[in-house]
Amino acid sequence: MARVIVVTSGKGGVGKTTTSASISTGLALRGFKTAVIDFDVGLRNLDLIMGCERRVVYDLINVVNGEANLNQALIKDKHCDNLFILPASQTRDKDALTEEGVEKVLKDLEHLGFDYILCDSPAGIERGAVMALTFADEAIVVSNPEVSSVRDSDRILGILQSKSRRAIEGREPVKEHLLVTRYSPKRVEDGEMLSYKDVQELLRIPLIGVIPESDDVLQASNQGTPAIHLKDSDVAIAYQDVVARFLDEDRPLRFVAYEKPGLLKRLFGGK
Amino acid sequence: MSLLSYFFGSKQKTASVAKERLSLIIAHERGTNRTPDFLPDLQRELIAVISKYVNVGPDDIKVQLEKQDNCEILEVNITLPEQPQK
Repeated sequence: MARVIVVTSGKGGVGKTTTSASISTGLALRGFKTAVIDFDVGLRNLDLIMGCERRVVYDLINVVNGEANLNQALIKDKHCDNLFILPASQTRDKDALTEEGVEKVLKDLEHLGFDYILCDSPAGIERGAVMALTFADEAIVVSNPEVSSVRDSDRILGILQSKSRRAIEGREPVKEHLLVTRYSPKRVEDGEMLSYKDVQELLRIPLIGVIPESDDVLQASNQGTPAIHLKDSDVAIAYQDVVARFLDEDRPLRFVAYEKPGLLKRLFGGK
Repeated sequence: MSLLSYFFGSKQKTASVAKERLSLIIAHERGTNRTPDFLPDLQRELIAVISKYVNVGPDDIKVQLEKQDNCEILEVNITLPEQPQK
């Protein structure tokens, strides 16, 4: 059985696509056959983050409409053998997504032997976002420690609990995970940023990880390499931890406590 | 802001303000967005029944569903009109 995971948030710009790219890569590196689908029809960007933008020929809407088959549309990742990207259409709008169409694509992916299917949700609570979460077995809710993001995350949790297939059919509910991103331990310590505990207390779902705010994320997207591949990067390690916890391994939280820079570091700078 | 903090430039601790505001708005929105569909109907029918016996208006009956951990509480609040003093 393929597991369908939606990466969602409500608010835009919080790190959904960065997270989708890194977690799908992490699962593939662990040996699972993984597909990652961009649901942001009209504003696709997962292809850029994964560095496969020049290899896009067919997209999700072509497959939904039967203009291409899955094998033609799936793009093999340049780093991992068992990771495939299904890009969104750049020319259509989100109304082109139908529930039947999406369901068929997911079923077909399952028949191709995929273990995990990640759905990278667009921002908002409109059709694209609802389609991305409709068939989810698990949800990774990405939230920044900031008021508008937390409120929107709560809103999207409400939608998960009412509009997902699992909710409608009264099956076991979608398994929810909270991922706090762009976290700055120093600002939390200074009392100017919500702590991950605050966010978790407000949203009341289990925490799967905390990703520190870092310049590395921009470096990664500049190059079209998922952040989890970066060498010696806190962000990469934090995402590897998230993947491990997703696979039920026990990993203590890292990068959540502020460490004062030592004298040498202060004198000579450095990252 | 006190004189000391003015001179030493200590920043305001705004995170606690954010948390308090969020907990209020989230509790409120959970209440309005996640109520089951039958609540408005229930409220309307209750008004119809009660107004047969007592003179109450549509705003005098409040029906709320609250969730505390795993326990749901249906709260019906009826404000009866003031009795004229005998």
